[in-house]
Amino acid sequence: MKLTKTLMASTALTVAAGAVAAQDMADSMTLVSWGGAYQASQDNAYAKPYAEMHPEVSIAWDESSNEAVAKLRAMNEAGNITWDLVDVVAADAMRLCDEGLAMEYDPDDLLAEAPDGTSAEDDFGDMIVSDCFIPQIVYSTTVGYRTDLVGDTAPTDICAIFDLEAYPGKRSLEKRPINNMEWALYCDGVAKDEIYDVLETPEGQDQALAKLDTIKDNVVWWSAGADTPQLLADGEVVMGSTYNGRLFSVIEEQDQPVGMLWDMQVFDLDGWIIPTGLPEDRLARVKDFVKFATDTQRLADQAKYISYGPARQSSAPLVGQHEELGIDMAPHMPTDPENAANTLLYNYEFWADYRDDIDAKFQAWLAQ
Amino acid sequence: MPDTGTSDAFVAFERVQKSYDGETLVVKDLNLNMPKGEFLTMLGPSGSGKTTCLMMLAGFETATHGEIKLDGVSINNIPPHKRGIGMVFQNYALFPHMTVAENLSFPLEVRKIGKSEREKKVMRALDMVEMGAFGGRRPAQLSGGQQQRIALARALVFEPELVLMDEPLGALDKQLREKMQFEITDLAHRLGITVVYVTHDQTEALTMSDRVAVFDDGRIQQLAPPDELYEAPQNSFVAQFIGENNTLEGVVKEISGSRCTVQLDGGEVIDAMPVNVSKVGERTRVSIRPERVEVNPDLGEGAHTLKAKVKEFIYMGDIFRTRLSVAGNEDFIIKTRNRPDQVRLSPGDEVTIGWLPEDCRALDAQ
Amino acid sequence: MSDATGPDTFDGPTPDNALRQAKKTSGPMLAADGTPLKKSLSRALRRQKMRALMLIAPLLLFVLVTFIAPIADMLFRSVENQIVSETLPLTTEELGNWDGQGMPPEAAFEAAYYDIFLAAERKQHTRLGTRLNYELTGASSLFRKSGRGLDDIGEVYQDQFEDLDENWDEALPWLELMGDPDWLAEQQEWAADEDGRQPRFELRDGIEEILPTTAREFAAFARFQQVEDQKNLLEEEPWSAVHTALYTDLAAGDMSSYSGPRADMLQAADALVASPEFETVSFLDGFEEIDEDWMEPPIWQTIKLYSPNYTSGYFLNSVDMQLTPEGAEARPDNERIYMLLFKRTLFMSMVITFSCILLGYPVAYILSNLPMRSANLLMILVLLPFWTSLLVRTSAWKVMLQQQGVINDVLVWIGLVADDSRLTMINNQFGTIVAMTHILLPFMILPMYSVMSTIPPSYVRAAKSLGATNWTTFWRVYFPQSIPGIGAGSILVFILSIGYYITPEIVGGTTGTFISNRIAYHISSSLNWGLAAALGTILLAVVLILYWAYDRIVGIDNVKLG
Repeated sequence: MKLTKTLMASTALTVAAGAVAAQDMADSMTLVSWGGAYQASQDNAYAKPYAEMHPEVSIAWDESSNEAVAKLRAMNEAGNITWDLVDVVAADAMRLCDEGLAMEYDPDDLLAEAPDGTSAEDDFGDMIVSDCFIPQIVYSTTVGYRTDLVGDTAPTDICAIFDLEAYPGKRSLEKRPINNMEWALYCDGVAKDEIYDVLETPEGQDQALAKLDTIKDNVVWWSAGADTPQLLADGEVVMGSTYNGRLFSVIEEQDQPVGMLWDMQVFDLDGWIIPTGLPEDRLARVKDFVKFATDTQRLADQAKYISYGPARQSSAPLVGQHEELGIDMAPHMPTDPENAANTLLYNYEFWADYRDDIDAKFQAWLAQ
Repeated sequence: MPDTGTSDAFVAFERVQKSYDGETLVVKDLNLNMPKGEFLTMLGPSGSGKTTCLMMLAGFETATHGEIKLDGVSINNIPPHKRGIGMVFQNYALFPHMTVAENLSFPLEVRKIGKSEREKKVMRALDMVEMGAFGGRRPAQLSGGQQQRIALARALVFEPELVLMDEPLGALDKQLREKMQFEITDLAHRLGITVVYVTHDQTEALTMSDRVAVFDDGRIQQLAPPDELYEAPQNSFVAQFIGENNTLEGVVKEISGSRCTVQLDGGEVIDAMPVNVSKVGERTRVSIRPERVEVNPDLGEGAHTLKAKVKEFIYMGDIFRTRLSVAGNEDFIIKTRNRPDQVRLSPGDEVTIGWLPEDCRALDAQ
Repeated sequence: MSDATGPDTFDGPTPDNALRQAKKTSGPMLAADGTPLKKSLSRALRRQKMRALMLIAPLLLFVLVTFIAPIADMLFRSVENQIVSETLPLTTEELGNWDGQGMPPEAAFEAAYYDIFLAAERKQHTRLGTRLNYELTGASSLFRKSGRGLDDIGEVYQDQFEDLDENWDEALPWLELMGDPDWLAEQQEWAADEDGRQPRFELRDGIEEILPTTAREFAAFARFQQVEDQKNLLEEEPWSAVHTALYTDLAAGDMSSYSGPRADMLQAADALVASPEFETVSFLDGFEEIDEDWMEPPIWQTIKLYSPNYTSGYFLNSVDMQLTPEGAEARPDNERIYMLLFKRTLFMSMVITFSCILLGYPVAYILSNLPMRSANLLMILVLLPFWTSLLVRTSAWKVMLQQQGVINDVLVWIGLVADDSRLTMINNQFGTIVAMTHILLPFMILPMYSVMSTIPPSYVRAAKSLGATNWTTFWRVYFPQSIPGIGAGSILVFILSIGYYITPEIVGGTTGTFISNRIAYHISSSLNWGLAAALGTILLAVVLILYWAYDRIVGIDNVKLG
């Protein structure tokens, strides 16, 4: 009797608490992402299951991630934040954090722990590169090539980019110094662990640009992620850098004569940030969603749709097969040990400092 | 007849036809000869083909059939700028970006005439139209009449033998128009140039021209000096179009030489001059000019009189205009001069009116 | 007055009367009722003017909000630089007395410590770091590191004071020491139910004389907690900067005569500071610990250089110069880009304008000479590109012009070009010029067409009748009259192309990009809005200067849009 009473009381309390919490949460949410296949994978893995559990919530997508930093700053200045959760690369997350535009959070408070009880902070580990950054996937920028245009010996290392004799023709590179400068130094004989020490000095920057100068006339510079896959499909370039997920789609889904390199690919992270200054009800809703969308199963689910590695250690064993093609996704993950023999980790701290300076030099070099 | 004798004609249209769409003819079988030095006016309602004829002469339209000759030479295949014909346009077409002097100098420049001579000729042309002081102005700074003079001077400055004018006075007010009519004819006669002038204003045509060609329906209805046109219209279109005219309809009863008898639709029988009626029993329109009608006439032999009832009396200063009901025509107009002894009729009066048979022309019934 | 109206008193105010009056008197012209004519005219017109004003008011407001205000904001941003002096008020003041040679005095380090400490609490130090990083590479991480590292300095003192007396880490004893007793009573009353507005912290009378630095820092702490964080002061332990301040004050002054609240606690702390075993850290060492860069002059010079509220730095940057302690200097060769881009933008805009004239003129001429029906049909063809998205059109050019593209394929097929030497027509200036000429062509054709269709055909006929050949007629008579259309089209096309960035971005490669691409980069990627604003301002100025020159040479009243 006494037990039932207590039970009933506590049930009532729980229900009441739940009801109050639901009332305090906004019933709409605007998520910002990159559009295309990537956003679709997020929609399938996170948003749709969440909407099924919470039919009262309407979720809207905005494809503005590539200009999220500028837009968030403008929204902040106008005092009207219309976004609830924004998908950005780690470097942008750091800048948003520096600018006070992204909210700092406590991983163990906001994020769910792993099924085996490992705390979120430990499960994500180093991936949390900024106090505001909620990691989601690991992706890499690597090089794809036309199998029919490279002759008999397909390239195996990154320096094929600079080898015009073995691989004549155009190559596409991103129109920014990041990654290109590192590859240039590496292929100019600088040891991998010294790249950033060299790149810090004006002489090192000149050395990298001089190396890039050797192929400058043969480079098509891209600024949108879709450019290189398209250029490869059209046969406009022999090889080009892009994100590994894009190459996966060209190779496996579109069946183009394209191969990809797993050498010196640059690891980078992509994840969520919560804008600062959200009203309490919307913040509560976003926190609820984030806790769901970044749990171990959800991150593993995303890999069914796109070949990016989940940022949680505990998700890796759960990665299954491609939703439509039915192929095993694990070997296509940048995090797969087979693929990660020789990699480079994006140096956020370095680029935060040197971005303005090196970019000025890089653009001046480009324009000449 | 002036139409004949193509040998001495300066301008000649020979069986010219023009069609724009290949279905209807705008100009039908046009024949026209002009001697040198003549001032000829093409008069007609709009759409009658007169402007098309002018444009064919200028070279801006090509004749679909027939030949146009200038000074005995066919000009069908000569482009306009080689025809050497001066032209004055309806809205003057003075080049707005050039000064008056530059406008005048333009035809001389394209003829590669030296600078000093050019200036002399421009000055002379400007003086000719009394605009000597305006050489430095832009056309937009001139009044309509002044622009008209400049347009005239520009058409004359390169001393063409033939000048075409396309309703050049249409945009001017009445007083200025009358003044310019006189100036243009005076200038044309003084310089001895041949002028083809297009207008739809019959007063202008009658006062300025040596001969008038009345156009209708793509044909010349009558080509004659102004007095002949007025006094002796060859058909009822010309009679109607030139000046004011009373018509009475009826049937030809009898023709004998220069006299015929017409029975009007009301039963009255009158004498008339047969102009283009040919046989007895034909329907006709009898035309009488209002000023040739007399009230309570005391006329001699052969005169005819009719009963009339006064409908309206209008005092117009120099004349009285009276509207009568005559033989079924409710709009019979008579004009009487304002003389001290002239009777002033009032509506309702019953009078007798009459005229000389020579003034009464039996024309086609249309 | 009687003189003016005398003979006409019973006549109405006819124009004739007015004229006669005007001749008669040199005084002001009067209306019929004797008021000055000007006044009564303006009264009559006032209603009309008000009506007109009301009619244009919505547009005026719209333009003001959407056009004038953003431009004004842009102009302001290109010189605005308050962030440095607002974030580092003490430091900039301290550096004002420094000659900029060698290292600044230790006082500057002390000021920087307190400034950055507070900025870090307010999360503004990284923003400043980003701002200074535009001028000095490394400032970004320097400030991020310093925000974390400065705690180490204060914790040395905080720990020692706490070890001496737990109360140094409690809120209430501090408030009793620093706060006004009346205020404290009010605060405690408020804290009972936390209802209404928290009473604003007030310093106790006289405390500023005894503990000047501590008073300043404690007040800053209290303001931050109460105003920005909305916290109850009674529950917030002071942060370590206050302890550092306390140490500085105790080391400088003698507390033995102090008799206010918490006198024993303060005197005990004073004694501890005076004792030899009290551990201290100099601010210099503290900063050196965080990052060696603080020991080099550049960061200090940069802060000093950018401490004024307004700076010419962005503008200097936009013309490939930089602000240095010695004044404005040209940037090193390998960083100069903007002048090159400005020149290229102007040059290519002119080429685009010129090719639009060449291609558009014949089309406009044909359009204006066709009968209405066929002209309308052709006009639809001219306007067709407007109905397709800009991105689609530009991408279509990519497909056409690329090496494996349609044009190259055709050339190879005909045999004009060998397969291995296909033409490069995209990702260079040529591609930009072709694509932009295509996109901007309607803007050239439309004004030319509307001017040409007002040129009566009789001018051409007149010229021919005067003996001019077709060419002379065109060149001397038709062309001069169509110039206003060319002028209007050229202004439109030139100004549009000078500010274009999507098309050059997609097809321009490296040699075909415009200054606007850099502006867009600084707006959306580098976030250097000040530089973007300065570049935009210069672009605006260039356009205005060209407009002025155009007005002087061609005359703006010669421009007709219809």
